[in-house]
Amino acid sequence: MALTHDNDLIQLQIDQPPADTNKTAANGAPAGEPETWNSTVPAFNPLFDHTPEPEPLAVSPDLVAELADPAFEIEAFLAAERSKDLLRFSTAGSVDDGKSTLIGRLLYDTRSVYEDQVRSIEGKGSAGAGVLDLALLTDGLRAEREQGITIDVAYRYVSTARRKFIIADTPGHEQYTRNMATGASTADVAIVLVDARKGVLSQSRRHAWITALLGVRHVLIAVNKMDLVGFDQAVFDRIVSDFTAFFGSIDFGDEVGTGNTELRFVPVSALAGDNVARVSDNLPWYNGPTLLELLETIPVSVAELAQPFRLAVQRVVRPDQHFRGFAGQIASGTIRVGDPVLVLPSGRTSRVASLVTFDGNLSEAAAPLSITLTLEEETDISRGDLLSSVGEPATVTNQFTASLVWMDQQSLDPSRRYLLKHTARTIQARVSRVEHALGIDLATQATDTLALNGIALVEIETVLPLAVDTYASNRTTGSFILIDSETNATAAAGMIRSFSALPRTPQASDGPVTAAERAHRWGHPGAILNLRAPATLINAVERALFDRGVFLLRADPSIAPTLAAQGAVALTAEPADSQDFHATIADLSTAGTLTETSLSDAAASVLALLRQFEQAASEQTKGSAL
Amino acid sequence: MAFAVLDHPLSPVTSPERLSHLRRLEAESIHILREVAAEFGRPVMLYSIGKDSSVMLRLAQKAFFPGPLPFPLLHIDTGFKFEEMLSFRDEMARSVGAELLVWRNEPAIAAGTNPIALDTKRCCGLLKTTALLDALAHYGFNAAFGGARRDEEKARAKERIYSFRDRAGQWDPKNQRPELWNLYNARLHPGESIRVFPLSNWTEMDVWQYIHEENIPIVDLYFARDRPMYLRGDALLPVEQAFVARSGSDGKPEQPTMVRSRLRSLGCSPCTGAIRSDADTLPKIIAELLSFRTSERANRAIDHDQEGSMELKKREGYF
Repeated sequence: MALTHDNDLIQLQIDQPPADTNKTAANGAPAGEPETWNSTVPAFNPLFDHTPEPEPLAVSPDLVAELADPAFEIEAFLAAERSKDLLRFSTAGSVDDGKSTLIGRLLYDTRSVYEDQVRSIEGKGSAGAGVLDLALLTDGLRAEREQGITIDVAYRYVSTARRKFIIADTPGHEQYTRNMATGASTADVAIVLVDARKGVLSQSRRHAWITALLGVRHVLIAVNKMDLVGFDQAVFDRIVSDFTAFFGSIDFGDEVGTGNTELRFVPVSALAGDNVARVSDNLPWYNGPTLLELLETIPVSVAELAQPFRLAVQRVVRPDQHFRGFAGQIASGTIRVGDPVLVLPSGRTSRVASLVTFDGNLSEAAAPLSITLTLEEETDISRGDLLSSVGEPATVTNQFTASLVWMDQQSLDPSRRYLLKHTARTIQARVSRVEHALGIDLATQATDTLALNGIALVEIETVLPLAVDTYASNRTTGSFILIDSETNATAAAGMIRSFSALPRTPQASDGPVTAAERAHRWGHPGAILNLRAPATLINAVERALFDRGVFLLRADPSIAPTLAAQGAVALTAEPADSQDFHATIADLSTAGTLTETSLSDAAASVLALLRQFEQAASEQTKGSAL
Repeated sequence: MAFAVLDHPLSPVTSPERLSHLRRLEAESIHILREVAAEFGRPVMLYSIGKDSSVMLRLAQKAFFPGPLPFPLLHIDTGFKFEEMLSFRDEMARSVGAELLVWRNEPAIAAGTNPIALDTKRCCGLLKTTALLDALAHYGFNAAFGGARRDEEKARAKERIYSFRDRAGQWDPKNQRPELWNLYNARLHPGESIRVFPLSNWTEMDVWQYIHEENIPIVDLYFARDRPMYLRGDALLPVEQAFVARSGSDGKPEQPTMVRSRLRSLGCSPCTGAIRSDADTLPKIIAELLSFRTSERANRAIDHDQEGSMELKKREGYF
């Protein structure tokens, strides 16, 4: 083993023992085979006396010096740690762009891996004799080690003196678009890798496109493998201009596009470490910061603070008769005691009476804090309601245009209903129209369906109204997922681009008669009942329900929420040729095949659904009295 | 292109400073705990008594304050936990006011299962994995919180926060549900369940700093004390279970030695090595952590019994 000092970091070189030596490791592992990867002998087990002491390998001299310094004060260190903030970034790049190597390099050069983890990859992989294949530090799953590619999102954690980082290391294959979107969905910053030898390929464009689609505000383009193009500035400059031109032309079907996104370019060699965590002598023409410096200094979005207040109610907290609080995480903005809030979709207003936390009441709280708040007026609020700023409210709508990334093996079926989860609310929805899909070449193409990893602009209709914002203005209230209600698979991720507001729905509490009084009179709560079956069956079921005393009205889908909000069962009928009988209440669904003789069964099952719905509704109202 | 929003100057009145990393992690974890409690009929919190469980329990108290925990705690007791851990467990449950369930694979324990009689792999399989699956089935829990973190192990780095398990409790790493934003898919078919990891994004350092900042009680075994240890090579094996002691060549039983030492992570006493340490306060533990050059699980024999061993255990139903 040889250690050489280079640019303030100890550069590591591992001298591989010749293959023919008979030297074996302390635990009996064959020569050159690290102990922890020996399949039969545990590396450390007091029972078996195996205690391999790792040799010092990667040691950052600044930390060693810091710890050895008699002036090092752990209390001062802890105080500095306390105010560190957190940056989430994702990575995108093609299989051969060296993405895992780059992450491995970042982990390694920021002393974020331990020696036993480094030892476990010694002599493995494809980096050549004596060179660590740093990609192995991140490629966690067996299949990946076997195939040599990253097939899923891996999360990594790096801490430097300035910031803590959460890294979503995502795969670059076109068929793994969904994983890339997953990693980008929570990222403040994205690193897109471009192979200097290949220039801006269609894959790189697609990665950048998806990154911007998911609303990542800062995109760092790491032009990798500069060592393989002789650290040539002309190559770098060409990639910068190609990429910038392409990026400016991206259109998401809204007015914002990539207008909120900032691009930065860094020339690097992940394999050798040039410009990743340390300044490279090989790039004298580049005067900008290293990739790590950029990550440490980029001003992280304070957009969530500047946006108007939004909080989706996750739970109603009701430990006793005297306390009724609404628990949720502040999605954006700031809230103070005494502030008015608008409850959506009902449209009622109230004032904040207190902001309650385990650590004491607050006078004000801001995103992304998780809090419990109480309101001055006793209000009928349940899980899924959105508390919103009165001055800049979210929009209530049941129809919007959205970008959709399809994530399921089963393609989109526009005739089917999906479950749509938006903030803390799950309701039925349908993709009523596919406006256009995005081809591999990023050109738009007309289609009426969408397959795995496809991206499209679509029209969505929901059964019940939602309180939404555009994704460009709010990542939390502008996003949703679609769930296949039969397989329960997460079918798609959606970003709301535009919508038209729905007129406010009258509520049961608008007049003198309460919802409870209505439910008591009619024996059931209000609900939207959607029946899809042959007309004769729908007629017969309606008759059977009426005969059983259900307050049932036929309604157009646009008026149904109004009736349901006031206690009626609004029947929206969809005559169909198929003998399949589908009955849906709010987010509960049942399906089956019916014959003329089991009409009474159909009515019974619909009633059972109503009771289920009633129970769910009353549990929500009672909240967490558990 | 411009930083239109990002460079917006912060007005001190309307925009408080960005939250620190610990507050952000805390807020995310509380959101997860509340989502699960709201969306699953039968949640339970796996309580392992270790430092991560202690943090998870505190986060749950915060999530449901001023109400009680809306789920019980479940401890899978292998029979090989340290006595100190068990008394700490009972005291914590009492002080938090949580219902505590303890499950042991009694038939296997009665049959003398231990890591010497069997190998560590089969011992874990019986006393941990089988016991856990039996307990979940017995009580009908469909969501179980665990304190695992993604920085612990490479297979865990790829696991979702909502980790879906099939009817046999098994994890399929190639068929995980995509998890975007903070929108978790909670839909299950009957018999299926999820494991939920609210601490997924915490690191070992975060956990220790949070314990320090929040004054969270932890088992004293984490602090350096003079403790009797069997010395095995460089390894320190706590004196806890009689069967661990060996007899020397002269036929006399092995004699423990007093060593200033502590445990870095808590597991079953026969398979958890102690480390020599003088760290008897939280700041000292954190300083020691900074100087560590091996990851904490290197001291846990069970991770090394075969290549990719955590991934294999998880596929079988291990947490």
